[in-house]
Amino acid sequence: MTIAALAFWLFSICVITGGFFTVISRNPVHSVLWLILAFLSAAGLFVLLGAEFVAMLLIIVYVGAVAVLFLFVVMMLDVDFAELKAGMAQYMPLALLIGVILLMQLGMAFGVWQFADEAQALRGAVTPTDAHNTQALGLILYDQYFLLFQLAGLILLVAMIGAIVLTLRHRKDIKRQDVLQQMWRDPKDAMELKDVKPGQGL
Amino acid sequence: MTEFFTTTYLGIFLLTLGQVLLVVVPLLVALAFLLYADRKIWAAVQLRRGPNVVGTFGLLQSFADFVKYAVKEIVYPAGSDKVVFLLAPMVSLVMALIAWAVIPFNDGWVVSDLNVAILYVMAISSLEVYGVIMGGWASNSKYPFLGSLRSAAQMISYEVSLGLIIIGVIITTGSMNFGDIVNAQDGNYGALSWYWLPHFPMLFLFLISAMAETNRPPFDLPEAESELVAGYQVEYSSTPFLLFMIGEYVAIVLMCALVSLLFLGGWLSPVNFLPDGIFWMLAKICFVFFIFSMVKAITPRYRYDQLMRIGWKVFLPMSLIWVVLVSFLAKFELFGGAYARWAIGG
Repeated sequence: MTIAALAFWLFSICVITGGFFTVISRNPVHSVLWLILAFLSAAGLFVLLGAEFVAMLLIIVYVGAVAVLFLFVVMMLDVDFAELKAGMAQYMPLALLIGVILLMQLGMAFGVWQFADEAQALRGAVTPTDAHNTQALGLILYDQYFLLFQLAGLILLVAMIGAIVLTLRHRKDIKRQDVLQQMWRDPKDAMELKDVKPGQGL
Repeated sequence: MTEFFTTTYLGIFLLTLGQVLLVVVPLLVALAFLLYADRKIWAAVQLRRGPNVVGTFGLLQSFADFVKYAVKEIVYPAGSDKVVFLLAPMVSLVMALIAWAVIPFNDGWVVSDLNVAILYVMAISSLEVYGVIMGGWASNSKYPFLGSLRSAAQMISYEVSLGLIIIGVIITTGSMNFGDIVNAQDGNYGALSWYWLPHFPMLFLFLISAMAETNRPPFDLPEAESELVAGYQVEYSSTPFLLFMIGEYVAIVLMCALVSLLFLGGWLSPVNFLPDGIFWMLAKICFVFFIFSMVKAITPRYRYDQLMRIGWKVFLPMSLIWVVLVSFLAKFELFGGAYARWAIGG
């Protein structure tokens, strides 16, 4: 077994273990920590595939930002998960039904799956050898699909503005810090400067 | 013999292990003296004598501290989550150490020569926040929890501006590999060819952001002795506390190394008639660390709202504008290609 195969099995087992314990952990903070393990191992799998740029982005965006926010929220919220799980038996049949339907749909989709003639050849040629995948991704995103990429950014911007507008409220009853006013304040009015000789102190 | 180390699995494993030890052991030993230097500089600014009892001039103070921490008892707070409580300092130290895998000390002297090295460092430094959050949460106590919440917000905020500043350097170089970045700074004018000159305002933004990112004074709000006792470290004693502290200092030295690689030309000699070499890299790391120490000694701590404001409303727009500006300067190869080193070939 090569090192790459060994690493593949290690990362795969970590992803599955992480995902499994994310679901069954009783403590939500532990769930998020297991989720982080799953993210990290998935990044490892990307590295094995030769997609190191995507792997690093996965860690920076998901582990470094999204999971931190998750952790932030579950640490602050005092959610009683035992209470949430109380009605589980009641909803189980419905959940099972939906699960079976989804599974059947997936099975049907794969049953009629047909490979294109050149699919096998394309699979073997996904990684260009002459360019790093950072460069390749950059060319695709910023040259070929420049407009779509910008539009995606615009949609995110609108979503962000929407979220801010929905939650922003100006409270009159709290004291605010006016930083500009603090900065423009004249030091002469507030303090007295003493010239201290080096090595002597006051 | 060379074949054994480059072809067989055992050989490659032993070779990598040797390289790792060659980086980590000198790093940790140097850290003991950097800690000592930090305390001495701080003391000198405040007209104190600093550590001066253990060994000549107190040089062995850090080792005495190490033994003191190692032999103490580990205290678990009541109601703490023991696994996460112990995991937190380990995460903190391990994350700080593994980032050194991609830091070159001389041309080609690097454990792992990744072509996305900068992204790797950013990814690892974004993981460092977990040590702090986990420690604060697992302690099951108010002050650590408040400290860890602060630090989560702070570290995420300043990572954004750090990333944007680095993008400017990446655009100028056309590569994310540290070796390429340093070699691109090699020019005919010695120290004047380094990136500190074309990216002058960003050098200071990077320094300040790095201080905030590593929870270094004046941005040490997660610890803030005067209000939060010591933030997320309150409940830690003995070796776990030591791990936190070493992790913090390793991260600080990493930031010093980053500044010297990105802006101060790494192992390049400042004047052309002297040879390049590892000693320049080490000297630059020490120089940046000295600046970190002096800032710690002479600046008062920021207020939390000031910290957030300067991060999001000052640094972020400035670094964004700088990215756009550098892109234009690089695209049209202005100023003799100073911003487009990939185009002028050197």
